[in-house]
Amino acid sequence: MSAVTAPKRRFGGMYGGNARAIIERGFKATMTNNYLIILSGFFEPVFYLFSMGVGLGGIIGTIDLNGTEISYGAYIAPALLAVSAMNGAIYDSTWNVFFKLNFAKLYQTMLLTSLGPLDVAIGEITLALLRGGIYAVGFLTVMSIMGLALSPLAIFAIPVVILIAAGFASVGMAFTSYMKTFQQMDWLPLVMLPMFLFSATFYPISIYPEPIQVLVQCFPLWHGVELVRMFTTGVFTAAAWGHLAYFVVMLGTGVIVVARRLRSLFLR
Amino acid sequence: MSHSVIRAVNLTKKYDDFVAVDGISFEVARGESFGLLGPNGAGKSTTMKMIASVSTRTSGELTVLDLDPNVDGPAIRSQLGVVPQEDNLDGELRVRENLLTYGRFFGLSRAEAGKRADELLEFAQLSDRANSKVEPLSGGMKRRLTIARSLMNDPQMLLLDEPTTGLDPQARHILWDRLFRLKEQGTTLVLTTHYMDEAEQLSDRIVVVDKGQIMAEGSPAELIRTYSTREVLEVRYGSDKNVSVAALIADVGERQEVLPDRILIYSDNGEQDLAEITRRGHHPTTSLVRRSSLEDVFLRLTGRSLVE
Repeated sequence: MSAVTAPKRRFGGMYGGNARAIIERGFKATMTNNYLIILSGFFEPVFYLFSMGVGLGGIIGTIDLNGTEISYGAYIAPALLAVSAMNGAIYDSTWNVFFKLNFAKLYQTMLLTSLGPLDVAIGEITLALLRGGIYAVGFLTVMSIMGLALSPLAIFAIPVVILIAAGFASVGMAFTSYMKTFQQMDWLPLVMLPMFLFSATFYPISIYPEPIQVLVQCFPLWHGVELVRMFTTGVFTAAAWGHLAYFVVMLGTGVIVVARRLRSLFLR
Repeated sequence: MSHSVIRAVNLTKKYDDFVAVDGISFEVARGESFGLLGPNGAGKSTTMKMIASVSTRTSGELTVLDLDPNVDGPAIRSQLGVVPQEDNLDGELRVRENLLTYGRFFGLSRAEAGKRADELLEFAQLSDRANSKVEPLSGGMKRRLTIARSLMNDPQMLLLDEPTTGLDPQARHILWDRLFRLKEQGTTLVLTTHYMDEAEQLSDRIVVVDKGQIMAEGSPAELIRTYSTREVLEVRYGSDKNVSVAALIADVGERQEVLPDRILIYSDNGEQDLAEITRRGHHPTTSLVRRSSLEDVFLRLTGRSLVE
């Protein structure tokens, strides 16, 4: 008899109940290879904070946030915090997943074991959101040291940022599951860069005409920026619930699409 | 629990309009060593994927270890060892880590996985490469590591898809030796191959598949007895002359196959037939008398050779 106990039937053979083994593999692979490369993604928003927040902020002075005057640095810092979570999640869930999917054939290997597609989806999305989470914690530390975390509630930005990272990670992986070539992957910056620049990151979206504002509000980063900004500045509005709901839906949709895609890619 | 570990009835797999597996039926008994022999594209790998529950069947019945692969994938795979056609080892991990991680995928504890990994490194003759990276390993080593990996969960049944394709003769023999040991220990082996010598070495029973259908079934010896003669005489006259000479010696032996590069004469006494041909004045450039193989069985059944 085999040394392994057979897992129960869950979700019609989609789930083996062992996503943590995939997370463990991710840690081990990172430790063996590229833990220094991981740091690179952390610095990007930090550089923006120094250049825009400190440099440009000195010229701009303060900005009005729902009636409260805050420094320009304190205005863009939470936005960059959301961006750092997004970056970590997106790096891991797009390029890394693309490589594992199409070149390393890693998921095929995983699916030769008692794991199911749902284990792979949960495991890989968790890894991506952890990377986003690590960036965010690091960035929040930098913010605090610079005195840009204005509210004691800023600490609660961490779970919020992890939810944001999870949303981006799941959708990033869902997107990547449709990509077959490097050329197709080039669409990614075309979405990411404008989203980064125009989502109330560096100035309020009220300066745009109405239709553009609505367009910006359709994209996830704007919701992330607004939400995180409430926690670090302590200036809350009821819209917080809407922003939270946006990411919950984003995460749920992403996980379902990924599991389905993995099923149709590898269990057809 | 029934005595068969795999039971397929009218098993069919279609991809859009293409029928990869066309209503095949077979059973595999516990402890048996079962081979699917056929050319590329015969439906062997697709059949293997359905058994490994990484492909869902279009119609027909399939039970593996008394479970339905369409809904019990994780449970079935927990008892299977799978060696895919291509070594998809984890290049981001080292040799021993590949085994450990794979064991963890099955839910083995770290201690168990570690113990098992060391035993299997020994088995695969890779103990001295435990901490090396995967990429520099030779083809034969990678293959052995893939087989070691497939044994991490101590499977009841091992599925091997073309286990020695692309390996040099020495590496193949090492591998066959390892597989033979597993067979002796009572592991059920299911393998696909397009090499007749491999099928003969490792299988108790073979089904010959072509174009998604089963052409014949039996032990290697039975198949040869039923579909071929004891000996085969191969004669060559040069590619432009083979056909014309073949017509003149058509009555020699029991049966004749004309291939582009040679004529095969099936008979019970090849030497005698060679003497007869020579007596008639048709001196071949080269000649060879050999025993019949599964290649001849395949040629007889399909009119085509296995390796094209």
